[in-house]
Amino acid sequence: MAKEKEPKQPTVPFGAWAPAVGLAWLIPGGGHLLLKRTGRGVLLMLAITGMFLCGLMMRGAMFQPQSGDILTILINTGGFIGDVASGILYLLSSWLGYAQPDVAGHVHDYGTKFLVTAGLLNILAMVDAFEIASGRKD
Amino acid sequence: MFKMNLSHFEAALLFALFTSVVLAVVTKRTDRDRLHYGVYTFACFVVALFGLGWLMYFGHG
Repeated sequence: MAKEKEPKQPTVPFGAWAPAVGLAWLIPGGGHLLLKRTGRGVLLMLAITGMFLCGLMMRGAMFQPQSGDILTILINTGGFIGDVASGILYLLSSWLGYAQPDVAGHVHDYGTKFLVTAGLLNILAMVDAFEIASGRKD
Repeated sequence: MFKMNLSHFEAALLFALFTSVVLAVVTKRTDRDRLHYGVYTFACFVVALFGLGWLMYFGHG
């Protein structure tokens, strides 16, 4: 039996969602604030910025892409993408000279994870801002 | 800069708190659902934290 084709969602013009997604990357929660979702934007901003600052105060290490075996490439490139996804938080801390070496210790280790996870959570916030801007979500 | 010195437990609780807030905000559509899901996710993190903690304790011998 032939499957019914699912109706295609209309393509949303680039200009409709790009400012919100761009701002959501640069300032965590900024995309929601631009789209007048103030409460959610403030919550996202507090949670993501709080997580990133805790990572900094735990002296977590920032990842840099490295070559080598496949696991090294995956871990460092993935970690770097996670760090960069925090937007202005990552850019500011890099420009201000934050360069913590990767040292042993559970607090440093948690700090590194906090920094990467803040970026990954910001990616979720960017996707949410995209869905709101494109009308797929209220 | 101020340095935080947290135990494993405190750091994991803080991680659970921030992550639960973001997951609740981006996945649910009403404030009531967001609150429920945030509390549920946080509780799941805490249960997993204790479960894995005991598992490692017994696994370590």
